[in-house]
Amino acid sequence: MKNLVEINNITFRRGDRVIYDNISMNIQAGKTTAIMGPSGIGKTTMLRLIGGQLKPDSGDILFEGNSIPSMNRQDLFDCRKHMSMLFQSGALFTDMNVFDNVAFPLREHTKLSEQLIKIIVLLKLQAVGLRGASELFPSELSGGMARRAALARAIALDPKLVMYDEPFAGQDPISMGVLVKLIKELNDALNLTSVVVTHDVTEVLTIADYIYIIADKRVIGHGTSEEIRNSDSALVQQFLNGKADGPVPFHYPAPSLEESLF
Amino acid sequence: MDFFARIGRSIIDNCSTMGRASILFWGAMVAKPQPTKSIPLVIKQMYVVGVQSLLIILVSGLFIGMVMGLQGYTVLVNYGAEESLGPMVALSLLRELGPVVTALLFAGRAGSALTAEIGLMKATEQLSSLEMMAVDPLRRVISPRLWAGIFSMPLLALIFSAVGILGGHLVGVDWLGVDAGSYWSIMQAAVDFNDDVMNGVIKSIVFAVVVTWIAVFNGYDAMPTSEGISKATTQTVVHASLAVLGLDFVLTALMFGTE
Ligand SMILES: Nc1ncnc2c1ncn2[C@@H]1O[C@H](COP(=O)(O)OP(=O)(O)O)[C@@H](O)[C@H]1O
Ligand SMILES: [Mg+2]
Repeated sequence: MKNLVEINNITFRRGDRVIYDNISMNIQAGKTTAIMGPSGIGKTTMLRLIGGQLKPDSGDILFEGNSIPSMNRQDLFDCRKHMSMLFQSGALFTDMNVFDNVAFPLREHTKLSEQLIKIIVLLKLQAVGLRGASELFPSELSGGMARRAALARAIALDPKLVMYDEPFAGQDPISMGVLVKLIKELNDALNLTSVVVTHDVTEVLTIADYIYIIADKRVIGHGTSEEIRNSDSALVQQFLNGKADGPVPFHYPAPSLEESLF
Repeated sequence: MDFFARIGRSIIDNCSTMGRASILFWGAMVAKPQPTKSIPLVIKQMYVVGVQSLLIILVSGLFIGMVMGLQGYTVLVNYGAEESLGPMVALSLLRELGPVVTALLFAGRAGSALTAEIGLMKATEQLSSLEMMAVDPLRRVISPRLWAGIFSMPLLALIFSAVGILGGHLVGVDWLGVDAGSYWSIMQAAVDFNDDVMNGVIKSIVFAVVVTWIAVFNGYDAMPTSEGISKATTQTVVHASLAVLGLDFVLTALMFGTE
């Protein structure tokens, strides 16, 4: 199976803090890959690295065999027309209604007539179930609807890669189910490659073809849902089962209680 | 030692801020203009910025003109020179108060709104999302707002001066009884188009660039949190006001200092 994205031995720092230490991953074309890990571990950072918004300190990221970090701005912009990212907040443009938001990338990057754009936009909105909401403004949408509208915008240009940053965070169970189903369906129907970043274990185990669990600056486990569930790594089991204490300590590093109190 | 380290750090920080501000200015104003796409965006922003500021400009202009009419009259009447009220009001407005007060009001009204808007776009990842859609936010978001500010402010300053002159008329002529004919004719004789009107417009253009630049940069550079945005908004008003007052002295010295 071909890899759409290859992450090779990346090291990334924020100031003095190491976020990733020599980490590698592969994203297979046509599959849904999940990246899981506790909050603040650098999952959003990883998506920004793939999108070329951040550059790794060392190592390489390949998109269809081309190195993202070494591209100039023009090439990077051309490359980004083939990938899109669903941000955690949806990031809809607040001064446009849903229709114009979805039409935005089409108007920016294609020379299609308004008539054609209208047809495409309505089809994309139909796919996420929001055709009736095309005249609403982002402030009038619920959280789940905003994410679906953003998803319609993300697939407007028929990208090869869609990256989802915590698509399930803060969703009620129903809209969560809707989103899970949508991500799966879109991936299969449009022949997309999806990367889902999340810490919602159960949802992701049902849709992901391949899973990476990251913690402590590196990959602590990877494999299919089955392999992950049966993993004998204590770290992976702690993460899957949500145990408060384990290899990842409950306490932030501190001197012993006796020392601090007396 | 700690003291010097802190001074050094703050100098370095300020230099790097200036550097980032210059890069933003360059990227938004100079690099690769796209007239067909930009012009509608600039017009839309001019509408937003202009409408936001118009009411406050009209009201302030009127009151300042009225106050000047009253203050000028009480001084001039002692010397029997109340006929000169017209040029006094007109010249102070065109040369000084029009550009300066407009810039201060603009910084408070439109400038802070620009900073907050752009800061919020950053905090809600709209700017990142433009980047990921292969659209340069400098060109798409920053540049139209900069141009809109630069076009709007001189117009607003002229409106301010015009309304102020009417306010002076209202108090001086209609209320205190200065002769209307001499209010207008002495004013016409005393005001020179190049020296007074154009110098005021030039001042206003300089202020427009500085205020709008400070406003968009503070938004673009804000920490993407609610705290960061409120800090950036305050900073815009403070920095822009100080810059306007300081520059006003320099420009006045250059324009009128050698006569
Ligand atoms: N702009 C930034 N400047 C400095 N540190 C940052 C910045 N953005 C994120 N970080 C830090 O990098 C770490 C990883 O962040 P992030 O990728 O957002 O984590 P996650 O998405 O896994 O919750 C966090 O600890 C965060 O504090
Ligand atoms: Mg995140």
